[in-house]
Amino acid sequence: MTITEKILAVHAGRKRVEPGDLVMAKIDLAVGNDVTAPIAIAEFKRAGAKKVFNRNKIVLVPSHFAPNKDIPSAEQCLILREFAREQGIKNYFEVGEAGIEHVLLPEKGLVLPGDLVIGADSHTCTMGALGTFSSGIGSTDLAAAMISGEAWFRVPESAKFIYRGRRKPWVAGKDLILHTIGDIGVDGALYRAMEFSGDTISSLPMHDRFTMCNMGVEAGAKNAIVVPDRITREFVKKHSRGPRKPAFYNSDGDANYADIREYDVSAIEPQVAFPHLPSNARPVSAVGNITVDQAFIGSCTNGHLEDLRLAAKVIKGKKKAAGVRLIVIPATPLIYFQAMREGLFSIFLNAGAVISTPTCGPCLGGYMGVLAKGERCLSTSNRNFRGRMGSLDSEVYLANPAVVAASAVLGRIASPGEL
Amino acid sequence: MLRGKAWKFGDDVNTDIIIPAKYLNTSDPKVLARHCFEGADPGFPMKVKKGDIVVAGKNFGCGSSREHAPIALKAAGVSCVVARSFARIFYRNSFNMGLPILESPEAVDAIGQGHDVEVDPGAGRIKDKTDGRVFRAKPIPGFMQELVRKGGLMKYMIRRVRHGREAGRAPLLRRIARGAGGGGKSKGGIKIVASEARNHHGRKSKI
Repeated sequence: MTITEKILAVHAGRKRVEPGDLVMAKIDLAVGNDVTAPIAIAEFKRAGAKKVFNRNKIVLVPSHFAPNKDIPSAEQCLILREFAREQGIKNYFEVGEAGIEHVLLPEKGLVLPGDLVIGADSHTCTMGALGTFSSGIGSTDLAAAMISGEAWFRVPESAKFIYRGRRKPWVAGKDLILHTIGDIGVDGALYRAMEFSGDTISSLPMHDRFTMCNMGVEAGAKNAIVVPDRITREFVKKHSRGPRKPAFYNSDGDANYADIREYDVSAIEPQVAFPHLPSNARPVSAVGNITVDQAFIGSCTNGHLEDLRLAAKVIKGKKKAAGVRLIVIPATPLIYFQAMREGLFSIFLNAGAVISTPTCGPCLGGYMGVLAKGERCLSTSNRNFRGRMGSLDSEVYLANPAVVAASAVLGRIASPGEL
Repeated sequence: MLRGKAWKFGDDVNTDIIIPAKYLNTSDPKVLARHCFEGADPGFPMKVKKGDIVVAGKNFGCGSSREHAPIALKAAGVSCVVARSFARIFYRNSFNMGLPILESPEAVDAIGQGHDVEVDPGAGRIKDKTDGRVFRAKPIPGFMQELVRKGGLMKYMIRRVRHGREAGRAPLLRRIARGAGGGGKSKGGIKIVASEARNHHGRKSKI
């Protein structure tokens, strides 16, 4: 069995599962945010349920429009807050503790290898980087899971992506996944489990693995996963707390894969995804002269401390180009604090950037950096759909934090090597 | 039986097109309906009539997990979506909240914008009344048929709550847990008729 199949089997109380099997699985964690949880909470109440199945296994994070963007957002966040209080949900994160959930939960040690996690947010697949089965679902599924503690799944086929070779300078996890989505398309892994492996992955730091798994959904995947190794164990040791223990699964040598692809990483350049699909990826050297109005560094994809360090390394001692708005958003309060303590804020502020409190904000055109008609943003986020960050007549290009920082300085999409 | 005018859309229609994220600060169906398909055709909510049918290409509903997308479609009056294929979270959400969706590449190719279309979701039959052609949708996995028959996931949960079984397994779910999942097998009283159905890509149909 693959790691995905093993985790589903264990949580379904079965010895084995095969792709196509329907299983009812016990969940270790159910996650909701200020956009999706209000609908789930309304459904929970409409069903007449009084108590959640386990108040320690539900996580509520106001992340998208928090700190409250406007009155309707304030009311959505209030629904979370009141429900958490009423149900005694310990893992409700108030503004000041809240961040982007897919970065916050691993940081808090709430998600462990071997867990089965569902979240009413498509980027829940991020946490598969820990060797966790983690999948995005809708609000109604979340409501049902909050009542029963279970969710049903059709066991997905797995597809294996093997990366070999050394990364070129400035090539990050973001580039590997953009290149992959460019190869297979936005439905290239539809319904499948994407399993990332190979010697490049074995030496890839955790934040880059999170970035890769984060964008699995952009290829249609049900979950994305990396078999835990030494790097995973170190991360878990540093972050885990509480009585729960991790379970480290691997994929068997004779496990079945619906598709196996190999990539020679040494030939991959930093990538830029053109509008309006993440699959429109090109090497940065083939971009041409494309000016930018806004450069955004943050989101669940690239709002990690290491992402900010990378951007700071590129932009240190330099200024953003006139007319470019550079927005930096650390994904969690801890990252914010660490970035400040390390002096990254001084580097960004000296470069002319603005730094916001943790929020999903601009990635989905919510707030803190919405685009006007005709504007163009180069972003470290995950989606460049038409109108994603604002006006339907704006454009979003996707890249890694080093490319975004370099482009902010030059005022056009550029490789850090050009500085 | 559902009947209405066909509204054609292309491939990879994402949830930001169906309902832009700037409206996600509410979950009021009336508000969401006013902005349905704003990303593709801002006049859509004014033009669409109750019962109309969306006909789209591959990977419909890709992107975000927002249930606001099927809610907006339903509240705008859309009775059904016929597509070449669906993104998995949208597929799951639509079943869970009762928006009929059908996969039929042949129907998508044949039905033109504005055609008069009739859909029988239970039978998986799509009729283009303008041209008089009939199409069969890909079969729906047995478990999902069972869910629809029970009135959707939350209707099922409501019954479960009333019977005082909020936690732990109730009969339908228990039977699934026992392994009623194989193709065409009948176990524990549920006949899984189509769990091995493949979509036009030759991939197994998704849940």
